[in-house]
Amino acid sequence: MHDSLHQFLIKKLIPIQVAGIDISFTNSSLFMFIAIGLVMTFQVLGTRQKALVPGRFQSMVEMSYEFIAGMLKDTVGVEGLQYFPFIFSLFMFILVANLLGMIPYGFTVTSHIVVTFALAMLVFITVTIIGFARHGRKYFRLFFPEGAPLAVAPILIPIEIISYCMRPITLSVRLFANMLAGHVILKVFAGFTIALGIFGVAPIALNIAVTGFEFFVACIQAYIFTILSCLYLHDAVHMH
Amino acid sequence: MEVAAAKMIGAGLAMIALLGVGIGIGNIFGNFISSIARNPSAQPEMFKMSLIGVAFTEAIALFALVIAVLILFG
Repeated sequence: MHDSLHQFLIKKLIPIQVAGIDISFTNSSLFMFIAIGLVMTFQVLGTRQKALVPGRFQSMVEMSYEFIAGMLKDTVGVEGLQYFPFIFSLFMFILVANLLGMIPYGFTVTSHIVVTFALAMLVFITVTIIGFARHGRKYFRLFFPEGAPLAVAPILIPIEIISYCMRPITLSVRLFANMLAGHVILKVFAGFTIALGIFGVAPIALNIAVTGFEFFVACIQAYIFTILSCLYLHDAVHMH
Repeated sequence: MEVAAAKMIGAGLAMIALLGVGIGIGNIFGNFISSIARNPSAQPEMFKMSLIGVAFTEAIALFALVIAVLILFG
């Protein structure tokens, strides 16, 4: 029988080799395409009517817009709305990718560190470039906030630099660890069900509770990733 | 003691950091609950902020995890 880690195996669906580099279409790519397709279908179908007083579907699309726009306005301010497409795409992709993993036999794209690290590096590099583009060399002032006495500079600056560079790591590992741990727990308890015979009802009950919790965690982790990206954007746009 | 056994013990010891993280997250939500008791209308705002607080505290737990992984596989 499969062990609990077998679900994270990447299978090549269509092997493609270009100049010695393996760019096969894997089950991971398939589920990324499905996630993007779902988000796009949701948005396009919902705004088809373009009614001034929205119906139910259009309301849902507008609510998702308002959620992210409100988040950006609260954290970054009105000038943060220029970065709305980036933050919106980030949030919707992570949310749908997390939720697709909850479907039976679905593959969780974000349970691989390479995917979450790519997303986190994207956020980190974007925020750093925005910071330098807006403030030039004064962006380095981020590591030595105003009002700090000069004496603590030798300690404060390395600590600030390290914690700034740990941002992509913590961002990616948080999402990855939550997704990985959730699915491993589900599989481990499912494995106990057969082994316990008649008392297998207990692991099933626990599994039901953990599945409900995993849906919650999927949404919360997408929200936390996005709100932390907005907070880093706030640091880059306003320097304090 | 052989290196492999020492690595396992080191990784296990690194997990002691989770003690502080558990206290921190419990603190955040304890304060969240008492703040709702004082002012129930602030609940949505406070919930969002408590989630941000939990995210930052969990980052410390992830530092411990990174060290444990470095010990175990480095």
